Amino acid sequence: MIANRLQKIGHQTLNSVSGFGRAGLMLFGALLGKPDFRRGIPLLIKQLYVIGVLSLMIILVSGLFIGMVLALQGYTVLVKFGAEGMLGPLVSLSLLRELGPVVTALLFAGRAGSALTAEIGLMKATEQLSGMEMMAVDPLRRIIAPRFWAGVIAMPLLALIFNAVGILGGHLVGVEWLGVDAGSYWSAMQANVDLYQDVLNGVIKSIVFALIVIWIALHKGFDAVPTSEGISRATTQTVVTASLAVLGFDFVLTALMFGG
Amino acid sequence: MTARKIEILVGAFIVLACAAFLMLALKVANTGFGGSSQTYTLYAQFDNIGGLKVRSPVKVGGVTVGRVSNIELDRVSYSPVVSLEINADYSNFPETSSVAILTSGLLGEQYIGLLPGFVDDTVLMLGNGDTIEDTRSAIVLEELIGQFLFNRGN
Amino acid sequence: MSDVLVDIQHLNFSRGDRSIYRDMNMQVIRGKVTAIMGPSGIGKTTLLRLIGGQLKPDSGKIIFDGLNIPTLSRSELYQARKKMSMLFQSGALFTEMSVFDNVAFPLREHTRLPESLIRLIVLMKLESVGLRGARDLMPAELSGGMARRAALARAIALDPELIMYDEPFAGQDPISMGVIVRLIRELNNALGLTSVVVSHDVTEVMSIADYVYVVADKTVIGQGTPEQLRADPSPLVQQFLQGEADGAVPFHYKAAAFEDELMELAK
Repeated sequence: MIANRLQKIGHQTLNSVSGFGRAGLMLFGALLGKPDFRRGIPLLIKQLYVIGVLSLMIILVSGLFIGMVLALQGYTVLVKFGAEGMLGPLVSLSLLRELGPVVTALLFAGRAGSALTAEIGLMKATEQLSGMEMMAVDPLRRIIAPRFWAGVIAMPLLALIFNAVGILGGHLVGVEWLGVDAGSYWSAMQANVDLYQDVLNGVIKSIVFALIVIWIALHKGFDAVPTSEGISRATTQTVVTASLAVLGFDFVLTALMFGG
Repeated sequence: MTARKIEILVGAFIVLACAAFLMLALKVANTGFGGSSQTYTLYAQFDNIGGLKVRSPVKVGGVTVGRVSNIELDRVSYSPVVSLEINADYSNFPETSSVAILTSGLLGEQYIGLLPGFVDDTVLMLGNGDTIEDTRSAIVLEELIGQFLFNRGN
Repeated sequence: MSDVLVDIQHLNFSRGDRSIYRDMNMQVIRGKVTAIMGPSGIGKTTLLRLIGGQLKPDSGKIIFDGLNIPTLSRSELYQARKKMSMLFQSGALFTEMSVFDNVAFPLREHTRLPESLIRLIVLMKLESVGLRGARDLMPAELSGGMARRAALARAIALDPELIMYDEPFAGQDPISMGVIVRLIRELNNALGLTSVVVSHDVTEVMSIADYVYVVADKTVIGQGTPEQLRADPSPLVQQFLQGEADGAVPFHYKAAAFEDELMELAK
């Protein structure tokens, strides 16, 4: 019995280690070597469209609503202390430091990450990746690399847009609806938000999350069992693994950035 | 979907993101890109700084002219020394000026209020690295209440 | 310049614990259509992937045009692959590109030809497979046979020396089967290609191949021109060619005697 358990643990450990190894090799192969800008830039733009522009709608809508909800909930608590003037900092700091990067990453994993996994898994299942390899075109460089860079570029931009829209949403509810003074909303925000400490740390967070999400999505697709069942499992795994990894890393990054 | 349309949409996406960043930097955050402007440093020694923090504002009549850049304890007197980074645009404070640690509102943040002193022929202007001698420490609420009770007892 | 384009010597390959090939030898003669036949599940596609360098053998040599594929570095391998191409069973067309862009893909990747010249070459290749009119269709809009022909046009876009067909006849209706049989033969003669056809469709293969290898039991069990093969005394080869259900390859998967198992249940 114990031997069986041990064997199972060992098997799983070895599996995950080799998974990490394959994921590392994939990234290594995709990013190493001199970039070919003549061919690479059009591919990158195409992927920025697929990964970035197509995710914009969900980011705009959820950013707006999360900003509005924050303002509504924050107001009901702050008004008890007569501190509704602090609504601006509450909304902006929660968005910039935490909700912006994290919610963007979670939405991104659901919207773009799952699509990437499915796309690459399908390309693998229909032998498109093998075919490309046999045509002496490296699929890591041709398929993986532009998607990776597009994701790493697009996600911080999406997070910035999410933050801005969220703060405007907070303004909408706090100022237009609940009647907080517009001047104090913005000035209290300006007095409490720091460009480096808050805005740029948020951007750094979302760059880290982008690396994690896009890496997991690409690897799960590239490593998928090339059957329809395998692809659907890989897609689910991408969303679950990427979301958990984002939340875990968020704690680590928050402790490093704001904990000290 | 033509390549041209995709490029236009991607361009719009990037512009939107830049606009969002500019809004966050200029309208939401306090410094903007002001970190690059010229500053000079003054020092002030207090008995007690209360809840003053690095990056707390330095205000003259309510106008922010600088920030606290550093707080440390003097090794000899064991009293806190605060470094003030003052915008170089406001460079003519006389050495008779005084600083006080004030609180904005009852529960608000603490900041340093700088009160410019009188000027006559014998008074020099404060320059980079000078120390402001006339300081008033933060009011600590507990001490205040304690004093009040003590006085009543008398 | 030798007559042998692909020379496989003492090839051993296994996947996990399962041995796929043991001490296999095979030669593909330049300019000929060589067919590799065998029952399903013996790794015929694996053999093509070994030649293409996508898999590495445990031991043995795979010489392509004087180069030993398994020992090549990554960049040398990619250089060698420009001289070969492979037609996958599914066609493996890129789903997000039109037929035209699919055929133009290898040209755009490996040459710096002006777009007008690329257009000319692509139309020429599409004409040779009879799909010039379908250039603007997306792969999803093609029938299975047409997709395979479009993939064939892409495979010959760079004028390779070797073209490998992986089950080109599988799942085709008789008409498209006939078209593909004709295309393989014609392209081989007209372009001076060397073709390797992996298949288990006996009649089609026997009609176009110059030389046939029958692979079973992890190695080559019979070889020769179609005529020689028909006269082959090996029962295994004969069973395969005739398509008999039982024979040297048993109908039953390896199992304990049926009577024994029944007795076991009765107990």
